[in-house]
Amino acid sequence: MLKIRNLRSFYGNLQALKGISLHIEAGEIVALIGANGAGKSTLLNSISGVISSKRGQILLDGKDITYFPPQRIVKEGISLVPEGRQLFSPLSVMDNLLLGAYQRFSIKKKTQIERDLERVFQIFPILKERRKQVAGTLSGGEQQMLAIARGLMSKPKILLLDEPSMGLAPKIVQDIFRIILRLRDEGTTIFLVEQNAQKALEIADRGYVIETGRIVFEGKSEELLGNREIVRAYLGRGYRKVWE
Amino acid sequence: MSFFSQLLQYVFTGVAVGAIYGMVALGFNIIYNATGIINLAQGEFVMLGGMVMISLTTGLKVPMILGFFISVGIVTLIGAVIERGAIHPLKNPSVMTLIIITVAASILLKGGAMFIWGKQTYTLPAFSSSTKPISFGEASLNPQTIWILGIMAASMIVLAIFFNFTMTGKAMRACAANKLAASLVGVNVKLMVLLSFALSAAIGAVAGIIITPVALMDYDRGTMLAIKGFATAVLGGLGSNIGAVIAGFIIGLMESLGAGFISSSYKDAIALLVLLFVLFIRPGGIMGTTGEEKFKK
Repeated sequence: MLKIRNLRSFYGNLQALKGISLHIEAGEIVALIGANGAGKSTLLNSISGVISSKRGQILLDGKDITYFPPQRIVKEGISLVPEGRQLFSPLSVMDNLLLGAYQRFSIKKKTQIERDLERVFQIFPILKERRKQVAGTLSGGEQQMLAIARGLMSKPKILLLDEPSMGLAPKIVQDIFRIILRLRDEGTTIFLVEQNAQKALEIADRGYVIETGRIVFEGKSEELLGNREIVRAYLGRGYRKVWE
Repeated sequence: MSFFSQLLQYVFTGVAVGAIYGMVALGFNIIYNATGIINLAQGEFVMLGGMVMISLTTGLKVPMILGFFISVGIVTLIGAVIERGAIHPLKNPSVMTLIIITVAASILLKGGAMFIWGKQTYTLPAFSSSTKPISFGEASLNPQTIWILGIMAASMIVLAIFFNFTMTGKAMRACAANKLAASLVGVNVKLMVLLSFALSAAIGAVAGIIITPVALMDYDRGTMLAIKGFATAVLGGLGSNIGAVIAGFIIGLMESLGAGFISSSYKDAIALLVLLFVLFIRPGGIMGTTGEEKFKK
């Protein structure tokens, strides 16, 4: 569904991605794991058009979307839930959700958008309760849910999630990951970027490991979870075994 | 004249002037929210509104109401052209570059106005046919003041409806709140910048038209209005529209009371003094945050 070929991205003179190639098939959860500064967010920002200085190819269902601006990418069906949630904090929960559907907003589609709102409220009942509240006053977990819900309102084929567990209590992380699984089961393809590698690989079908702008491992989640070096570097478990 | 009627008289004047400052400050806010820049050509939009209206109604004999809308339309277009011509083509400009561009736009507009209208001062007939002041004891209220307040209130209501109940208005607020997120949900941020210039030009033009019958208009009027409008916007808290209106009345009243009871030669200094005090004591303004947002960036 999404195919990336030899993608290189730049911040000024600094090359942050050094030739990334990966693919995501429909109905999959694909995890991207890596340390701080490895280029995880850069990759997501390059896909969604926020970073425009790049070379290579990004194909969505065979269509070249490499140089599309962010608003076109959303229209094509890729929605990014950015790191740190990035809500419209002074606006109400409801307005945040409606703005999620901005690119397909018109009077004609009103009923359709209302239906999508209902679906989102079904997945996140707490947001329905809070719909009149100002987004900035929500708790961290609720804010993350709102960010995901806003991303869903554009009816994406692929949802890109950037560190959805960041700064959340373990119990809420559990909820979020359960919701991610549910979304996949309801037909949304998911590309999940996480520092919480253990959790991410537990729910993912496949995974990629990124290091200083390059993909260094790829494979089925079980394979990655079974790989000693990955376990040592990213999961922290079995650290001592290597020390022996 | 008794002290009380004197006071009342100054209050009337202050409220009228304050409404205008508030509207100029609103113009500053709209562009500031969308782009983070201070548009120093804001005063020129006010001046152009007045001048175009004068030419249309006294020169071309266009009826008042029609002239009002045409003038606002023309100035809106000028605002949009400035954005498309000078702001839009730049790739990742710094805020400072943009502000200097607005200075250039201001000089250009002022120079252009001097070419077209010369250096004379013009006026407009009052909006109501009866120009007889309404008297309250010994104080008198110019009917134009009621027009000013009414039209200001009407513009505020229109703006409030636009920003709170239309999708485009919400998208503009979304841009102000978080540009990155706005572009990620599919808002064309550059289009919103264009819209903000058009909108604040329109608001400026309305202010210029309604003030001309009482304050007169010439090509050079914009600068002072921009300075006072800026002081108002800062006092209200940059970006806060309610703050702008409240601060407009505060500065308007202070100015007219100060001119009346102290000396009219200090009139123009008052807004600047207020600006200085706000910056020293509470840089966030009345309704503003205390710089917390800035730190986040």
